[in-house]
Amino acid sequence: MTIGVSFQIDFLRFLSAAGELDPATPREAIDPELLLGLYRAMTRTRAYDGKAIALQRTGKLGTFASALGQEAIGVGIGSTMRSEDVLAPSYRDHGAQLLRGMTMVENLVYWGGDERGSDYAVPRSDFPICVPVGTQIAHAAGAAYAFALRKEKRVAVTIIGDGGASTGDFYSALNMAGVWRVPLVVVINNNQWAISTPRERESATVTLAQKAVAAGVEGCQVDGNDVIAMRHVARAAIEKARDGGGPTLIEALSYRLGDHTTADDASRYRDGEIVRREAEKEPIARLRKYLTARGLWSEEQEKALAKDCADEVERAVAAYLATPPQEFSAMFDHLFEHLPESMRDQYEEARRFAPKGGGNG
Amino acid sequence: MTVNVLMPALSPTMEQGKLAKWLKNEGDKVKAGDVIAEIETDKATMEVEAVDEGVLARILVPGGAENVAVNTPIAVITEEGEEIGPAEAPPSTPAAAPTENAAPAPAKAPDIPASAPQEAAAAAVPAAPAATAAEPAAPSPAVAVPEIPADTTLLPMTMREALRDAMAEEMRRDQNVFVIGEEVAEYQGAYKVTQGLLQEFGPRRVVDTPITEYGFAGLAVGAAFAGLRPICEFMTFNFAMQAIDHIVNSAAKTLYMSGGQINCPIVFRGPNGAAARVAAQHSQDYAAWFSQVPGLKVVAPSNASDAKGLLKSAIRDPNPVVFLENEILYGKQWDTPMLEDFLIPIGKARIARPGTDVTLVSFSIGVTHCLSAAEALAKEGIEAEVVDLRTLRPMDVPAIIESVKKTGRCVAVEEGWPQCGIGAEIAARVQEEAFDYLDAPVLRVTGRDVPMPYAANLEKLALPSVADVIAAAKAVLYR
Repeated sequence: MTIGVSFQIDFLRFLSAAGELDPATPREAIDPELLLGLYRAMTRTRAYDGKAIALQRTGKLGTFASALGQEAIGVGIGSTMRSEDVLAPSYRDHGAQLLRGMTMVENLVYWGGDERGSDYAVPRSDFPICVPVGTQIAHAAGAAYAFALRKEKRVAVTIIGDGGASTGDFYSALNMAGVWRVPLVVVINNNQWAISTPRERESATVTLAQKAVAAGVEGCQVDGNDVIAMRHVARAAIEKARDGGGPTLIEALSYRLGDHTTADDASRYRDGEIVRREAEKEPIARLRKYLTARGLWSEEQEKALAKDCADEVERAVAAYLATPPQEFSAMFDHLFEHLPESMRDQYEEARRFAPKGGGNG
Repeated sequence: MTVNVLMPALSPTMEQGKLAKWLKNEGDKVKAGDVIAEIETDKATMEVEAVDEGVLARILVPGGAENVAVNTPIAVITEEGEEIGPAEAPPSTPAAAPTENAAPAPAKAPDIPASAPQEAAAAAVPAAPAATAAEPAAPSPAVAVPEIPADTTLLPMTMREALRDAMAEEMRRDQNVFVIGEEVAEYQGAYKVTQGLLQEFGPRRVVDTPITEYGFAGLAVGAAFAGLRPICEFMTFNFAMQAIDHIVNSAAKTLYMSGGQINCPIVFRGPNGAAARVAAQHSQDYAAWFSQVPGLKVVAPSNASDAKGLLKSAIRDPNPVVFLENEILYGKQWDTPMLEDFLIPIGKARIARPGTDVTLVSFSIGVTHCLSAAEALAKEGIEAEVVDLRTLRPMDVPAIIESVKKTGRCVAVEEGWPQCGIGAEIAARVQEEAFDYLDAPVLRVTGRDVPMPYAANLEKLALPSVADVIAAAKAVLYR
């Protein structure tokens, strides 16, 4: 018997958990200004993340899905997309979204239970956060199809979790993207957990990246806690797509250090010791070690950045808390582009029962 | 023994086809299995084989004849040496009877399919297939349609052609409009609705997809989010169940959930409801399902003219529209206006037939039943008003109420199941808004509350018939 066809899945890491850089790392990937920008973005994401959880715990936010420990994935992607590209995010992707121009206030308004938080002032073409798992992959493939049809040099990027890679949408979308070679990049944030279901219970495949092979799409693995490698891989895939090279699936290996969402308590189903060990590989400390060793980062700069981030988050929280509740009409305003006359009675009825000035009455 | 060779059907819904050519001549000897002729439909070509040994004594329908009704005798095979007179009419044997008529007759008067008189006509005059070319829907629309100016030229057009033209016109008008679905391009549509679109617009705008309703509906929704105007064809709406998450959760809700940022101008279209003999999983009417969903518009045209005007409006609509067609109606013809830009507004019903005594409300193929029932009722002195909803969501309830205020009696007709159906909604709205005008309870004529039977006789019993509509109309009139 001979080998008919064989495949391999490449894995990329430049920066080790100990903060040591692979000497083969391309020079452009470790430009000081670039690395400092990535570091600031990850720190900013984490500062926002921590405050959002605190708001939820004090009853000021509905639910929140933390990206703790996975900041390099969103930042790696968000830092290399162009403004005209489209991001189709899941609920754990504020790291990327903040770099796209979504504001912290918008994200807080969203998690506070208000659709106005998805009406972004800046990334006007980005899709709203998709909570149903995996459905946004097909949407992103559709956006990519639109770019190809209109011959626009734009790329659609979507981020899913390891659980999302088990959905029918994942395979359907990847399969179509492979057939039509649309400019699509699918990133799996493999944080090892789909709520309480561990990675090995989601799929028997050795990697999730190899699922790309079944769709005729290029797939690779990257250390999702190494922002240098993460950005490098994302950039290569996005620019390949932009140049007509077709779709890519990237499996970014990370670990969900926090709970699934604020409605979850992960200590009930996973070993705290493993979480502590995984925390040692987290992306921000890793990059700080490297930057410090290279003489690019100091304790003073760290303190100043922490203060800047905290101040920005506090301003966002104040603005969020000062956001007036929606008027009764909000539930009708964007149901259709123009409200059908047949709904006039329901609209008027809602007006009659609504307390003046919004709120819960 | 003399055997009639009948025009065969390629599928249970085929009603006519072209006899492309004869491969044997009169007088040729044939044995079982010999290919004697080729027939064509718009979907496929098929060989006709002799099933008996003998002589091809007479060719009754010449090669090249179009629109030959299924079960029309096309040739006579005799035993060798047997003679048939040149003027002798082909003998009518039980085997020659159309299968529909072979089904056990239900206790009450059977619904007469619109095509039946034609088949009879074709059988009586087999040598004149051209006469059967048109397949007009039972009663032609007698009432002026407000959207059509009085001096407009009307030409007969099938619903299939009308839908195709609507798509082609909108694709010419707007580069963002494209068609996506299974078999829409090379194969020209599973029901040939997208005929010629690939040739005119190319494979990037007429897109054959892998077999994944979930996938291509989701992709189409994403393309709409990104500014295209997809026409997403489901081979039938039965398969749209695979994709219902994208229709209900993605398409219908994203404008709302994005605070108005991302809209979804998409049309989901395809045949809905029962065709003929395609059984429980391929015969479902989803009108009520989609009509329940906020954020969707739902359209279900009853004739070619409406199909064209409504589909063009649906394609231009900035919201997601579920466009429910009907396979039985695809091949039927109606007078259709020859207008540059013929649009029928979504959300407006039409009076398909004016009347004073009872209001019959329906949509899609149900309107055909209602118009037939109204004709029959008129012979008994009952003038039924037929309200064709055209759009199910937003529903033109005022049009129903106005009619009921005039007649005082209302029957809602649909193929779908009764519970929580369109008729249930109509009954609720009529009693809410016209209770004092009612002289009788609102009745519903619906499909039976069962999966669609495969057996022809049971299928017929499970679907609402003209007789059912007549009976319900008489019941609300206490006659």
